[in-house]
Amino acid sequence: MNSMIYKKKSPLLLFLVPAFLFLIVYLYYPFFQNIVNTVMKIGGLGRAAEGMNEPWYENYQRLFTDPYMRVALKNTMILILCTVLFQVGIALILALLVDTIRVGAQFFRTVYFFPIVISATALGLMFNLIFLYKGGMVNQLLLSLGKLPYEIKPSGKMIVQWLDWKDQAHFLFTMFLPVMWQYVGFYFVILVTGLNNISPELYEAAALDGADGWKRTRFITLPLLRNVLCTCLVLAITGALKVFDLPWVMFGAGMPENRGWLTGTYMYDQTFNKMNVDYGSTIAVLIVVLGVVLSNVANRIFRPSEDI
Amino acid sequence: MQTGRKRVTMTLTYLVLGLWALTTIYPFIWVILNSFRQKGLIMSDSFSLPLGEAFTWDNYLTAWQRSDFKNAYLNSFLISGTVTVCVVILAGLAAYGLVRYRFRGRGFLYSLIMAGMMFPVFSTIIPVFRMEAVMGLAGTGNRWLSLLAVILPQIAGNLCFAIIILMGFIQSVPIDLEESAYLDGCNVFQIYFRIIIPAAKSSFATVAIFAFLWSYNDLFTQSFFLRYPQERAITGLLNEISSQAGVNYGLMAASVVLVVIPVLIVYVCLQKHIIKGLTAGAVKG
Repeated sequence: MNSMIYKKKSPLLLFLVPAFLFLIVYLYYPFFQNIVNTVMKIGGLGRAAEGMNEPWYENYQRLFTDPYMRVALKNTMILILCTVLFQVGIALILALLVDTIRVGAQFFRTVYFFPIVISATALGLMFNLIFLYKGGMVNQLLLSLGKLPYEIKPSGKMIVQWLDWKDQAHFLFTMFLPVMWQYVGFYFVILVTGLNNISPELYEAAALDGADGWKRTRFITLPLLRNVLCTCLVLAITGALKVFDLPWVMFGAGMPENRGWLTGTYMYDQTFNKMNVDYGSTIAVLIVVLGVVLSNVANRIFRPSEDI
Repeated sequence: MQTGRKRVTMTLTYLVLGLWALTTIYPFIWVILNSFRQKGLIMSDSFSLPLGEAFTWDNYLTAWQRSDFKNAYLNSFLISGTVTVCVVILAGLAAYGLVRYRFRGRGFLYSLIMAGMMFPVFSTIIPVFRMEAVMGLAGTGNRWLSLLAVILPQIAGNLCFAIIILMGFIQSVPIDLEESAYLDGCNVFQIYFRIIIPAAKSSFATVAIFAFLWSYNDLFTQSFFLRYPQERAITGLLNEISSQAGVNYGLMAASVVLVVIPVLIVYVCLQKHIIKGLTAGAVKG
């Protein structure tokens, strides 16, 4: 990497300045403004601050005492674990499998990406129907398999004890499954592109040395994919912290009984429904801090040491 | 024996891949089927083929007549097209600079980008809205200014992700190619356009697709800046229809199909581009 070409630094300005100018004006400055907002008293969306909070750290204090915030954090941590394990895990398995086949690889790629294309409003509606209490797809399936208790009244009417997929025992599953399902294809595309970048000569050399199948995957593919995998990991963590639209369409504000909050939905609700703009800004700050800390931890653990 | 085992492995591979394909295809088929179904039948019988009595074009007719799809398509393509082009150009240059140059503050810039990826859009939107109102972009009622008001924050919102992805791929481009081009007398910019872009072409396509889709599907920013009917983009239109449709699931399904189709066309076209996988041959070249 210390090539002669890149000793002269002047072209660097042209490479970096346009992008960073954009980021400063439209991302970093607004975010800085957002941090300022956390200590201000702001009554509504379009309104200017009415002065500082009393005391100025009021919102941060609230962050640590707010029981719903604790709920949101707990749920989000579970979601992060699930995303890393299942979302990236399934995507990796599918990508490795697609890499071994010749016929139909293109088909699978096109198809796995489908859910990401469909808007969250439509997906939310669809999963609401699938998990519907009375006569939803899953419940009908369970009934036909004989997994749901039912009794037949003397009149011949069947009374079924439908399973409520959005109750306290099941809501985490019902909430996380669509989120994870939707984005498997996203990591799949990234991983497959990464696999394509691995030179076939390496595989040929490995075949000469007698390594194929699992050995090839274990000793050639996975190590070379490490950079891309790490990228996926960071994206999964930060993505999970920001998840908003699907759970919002399916569960609304914190259902069931304020146990279903996620950091993203709780922040949105505080800012745009409860009009606590300054408290919402504080939650946004927390989301960013968590994201930076967690992805740094992931980088420490998984990223090859010689490069950032 | 060997071939027998291979055949079992292949069958299992296709089985697993096919099962996942089913979970991702079926919902889409489900939406299409229900968009042709009489609206009353969707809740009671949404899984059969809508044939005979159940079949109808009404949902599409209602959707098209009730809402200004043509105008919304135009707005959406103007927004998402501009966002995609700008993101690819800006992110490509920045990623190249960050990967190949060693300079002070590089680690800092990298963490800045990582941090930028964590910013939830709702945390920047209020200051951005105020800023653009002061600049005379947002809230003017002028269609073109409003579109620009959406485009600018969307570019910034997509940049960090694009830079991270492109960095990952440019890192894996072998530097020997650049060195030999340099010896042949190319300057850095020529190297970027003649070596890096062709070698990482597939990842540029990936980034472009994501930028387009996110911009197209991003309801939140749109609903903030596009408030007048003639400004409305396609997802905003879908949201409006779904809030007005109530339990008219047929109308909703038809609108969803109308919204999704253009995206699918764009994706399928670019898909071929991704698959070419030029990087594998780059080492030999």
